[in-house]
Amino acid sequence: MASAARSQEADALDAFRHEARDWIAANFPASLRDKAGAMMSPYGADSAGADGTAWRKAVGAKGWGTPTWPRAYGGGGLSRGEAAVLNQEMARAGAWSPIGGMGIMMFGPTLLEYGSEAQKLRHLPAICAADIRWCQGYSEPGAGSDLASLQTFAEDMGDHYVVNGQKTWTSGGQWADWCFALVRSDKTKKHEGISFLLIDMKSPGVTVKPIRMISGISPFCETFFDNVKVPKENRVGEEGEGWTIGKRLLQHERTNISGGGGRMAAAMAQSLVEQAKASLGTDAEGRIAEPELRSRIAKFEMDWRAFLLTTARVTQESKAAGGVSEISSILKTVGTRLVQERAELMIEITGLQGLGWEGEGFSAAELANVRGWLGGKASTIYGGSTEIQNNVIAKRILGMLDHQ
Amino acid sequence: MAVLSDEQTMLRDMAREWVKKESPIDAFRKVRDGGAPAGFDPAAFQAMAEMGWAGIVIPEEFGGSDFGWLSLGLVVEETGKTLTASPLATSALAATAIVLGTSAGAKAQWLPSLASGAIYGALAIDEGPRHDPAAIATTATKTADGWTIDGAKAFVHDAHGAAVLIVAARGPDGIALFAVPADTVGVTLATRTLTDARSHTKVSLSGVKVPATAELGDGELLDRLLDRARIVTAAEMLGMAEHSFGVTLDYLKQRVQFGQILSTFQALQHRMAELFTRIELLRSVVEAALAALDSNSDVPAMASLAKATANDVLHLVSREVIQLHGGIGMTDEYFIGFYIKRARVLENAWGAASFHRDRYARIAGY
Repeated sequence: MASAARSQEADALDAFRHEARDWIAANFPASLRDKAGAMMSPYGADSAGADGTAWRKAVGAKGWGTPTWPRAYGGGGLSRGEAAVLNQEMARAGAWSPIGGMGIMMFGPTLLEYGSEAQKLRHLPAICAADIRWCQGYSEPGAGSDLASLQTFAEDMGDHYVVNGQKTWTSGGQWADWCFALVRSDKTKKHEGISFLLIDMKSPGVTVKPIRMISGISPFCETFFDNVKVPKENRVGEEGEGWTIGKRLLQHERTNISGGGGRMAAAMAQSLVEQAKASLGTDAEGRIAEPELRSRIAKFEMDWRAFLLTTARVTQESKAAGGVSEISSILKTVGTRLVQERAELMIEITGLQGLGWEGEGFSAAELANVRGWLGGKASTIYGGSTEIQNNVIAKRILGMLDHQ
Repeated sequence: MAVLSDEQTMLRDMAREWVKKESPIDAFRKVRDGGAPAGFDPAAFQAMAEMGWAGIVIPEEFGGSDFGWLSLGLVVEETGKTLTASPLATSALAATAIVLGTSAGAKAQWLPSLASGAIYGALAIDEGPRHDPAAIATTATKTADGWTIDGAKAFVHDAHGAAVLIVAARGPDGIALFAVPADTVGVTLATRTLTDARSHTKVSLSGVKVPATAELGDGELLDRLLDRARIVTAAEMLGMAEHSFGVTLDYLKQRVQFGQILSTFQALQHRMAELFTRIELLRSVVEAALAALDSNSDVPAMASLAKATANDVLHLVSREVIQLHGGIGMTDEYFIGFYIKRARVLENAWGAASFHRDRYARIAGY
């Protein structure tokens, strides 16, 4: 019986594999092969031209950028097994998902869990199609690590709120269509006084000012709300429930940061050693000629492997236990620290050639490395800084109490 | 924790239970203060053998359970937690040299009694205070019916009372490994007392004659043996790091100063969070290295990864647990300082962190 059921399941997956393969062959424009980097642009797949836009619309209509989300909300309605097959087939064809951003990674999963039916029907299909870009209104000038001290106030006006205040570190705020924001709806309570609002960035009174960072670019903005009217239907969950919902969303964010960091450095893993051989030369045995730096590169590579093995262990244990493994809390701090260490090592290896800011004499890869090195300093600060993560580990896992 | 089979879970729970009841840290203190010449309590090793632990990596045809390296690692990790003194790990490694070797005679001669724990073995490989298998100078000279071995081995662990010594020597075709009966004429032991109060011995080999069947294999066998030794040692170190950390956490949760429980101080919380993180990373590499032995994949790199990580992590943990305890951590009456004294010995065994970083880079081609 059991094996018959298994083989039926395997047959169904095989059938799906053919369907996916045929569909990708029919729809993925050859010109986009290996152009997944376009997704790093604020304009996503559309920055890859008409083919990029066509590919985004095709995948969006199919719901395959969000394969396991329900069909009713624009998702693919696939099982986990089918989604894994789809991934494999995409990789096989050199194709990539043109659907990305905060809507998919953080807001969508949270709305699926906490949103009303009407909110899901209104917002999720546009996320699945990547028609709408979302940004995150969490941090404020006076509320960084102590996020719950946020002051942006939503005044109850009956059928709507009037929002006043300032958010900061709004990633992609200058390009976003909508913002999911934590606001204070009750000044007498700290955590219980927070609500979760969806704000249309085109509303009168919303002003966005990009912040120029040490990397020279402006991935973050300041966002000002000046008497912005927000209908009550745009509140997710109950009034005062925002902290609970907001924290849930942060869990999705952390998962994505550690996973994203992993993907980023894995893609570059080979080049650290290759770059060292090229920049420092090799000895008679073909080893990196500078032994001290070689040893530190080895130390990094070993730490990185320990991190990857831990990521794999978390996945395995979570699957076995049917829940989230408690050690997942360490992934963000370790992953972000290592990606930063790697960038520092790369600069040490390449010397001044690795510190080019702009202009002649530097390759595009060298310039991108410099910007990535500086921009990457954000990773141990955002999404709950390393210090906040250590508080979480000490209190929740190790049971060390707050100061009384 | 790796996802274990039911049998492995049972084995681990059994080991955990036994250590708790029969081998708390006071058992180690008694051995140390009792001056047991072999550096362990024979009754404790006997109990382990009766539970089948001595034969975990020995094939069934020779009386073992062939239960695999992850299984042995689980037991060694548990016994390592309370610094349980026994030749369990060393003897399993000595048996491994014979199991992986080519001598049918040696297998028949030694494996059944090693598997039952009736005897134990030791590894006589290094000749100086630092791990350096390339520097082996002990010689093996071919005779009409076997070999003559001459040389000296430094700091051999658990040789005292061992029945068989696995000796690495340089023969006409390079490095060779031999199973030498410890009572052979020409084998002499001199005790070297180290900080961990365990058995370490200088083993002198002078005109030691062994039959042809004593030859187990060549330098490749030595490499395979050393990788197993590195990984099993890392498992013991994981147990030590984990347990000394846990004891320290409990201490911080009850010690009061300035009217506050110490564990409420953020300066201490963050150091504990950092140690916890490192120990979790160590657990991942140790389990992966044990699994690599069982699946025979990528063993050399995983062995260096596991040992280097264990060295770095336990080095830090063994220092921090003393500092976090304060003055009491310095006293012999309390036990947390025992860990650093064992930790440094194991850090040096089978390669310091720098040795393994260099080796890891070499394996990866840089």
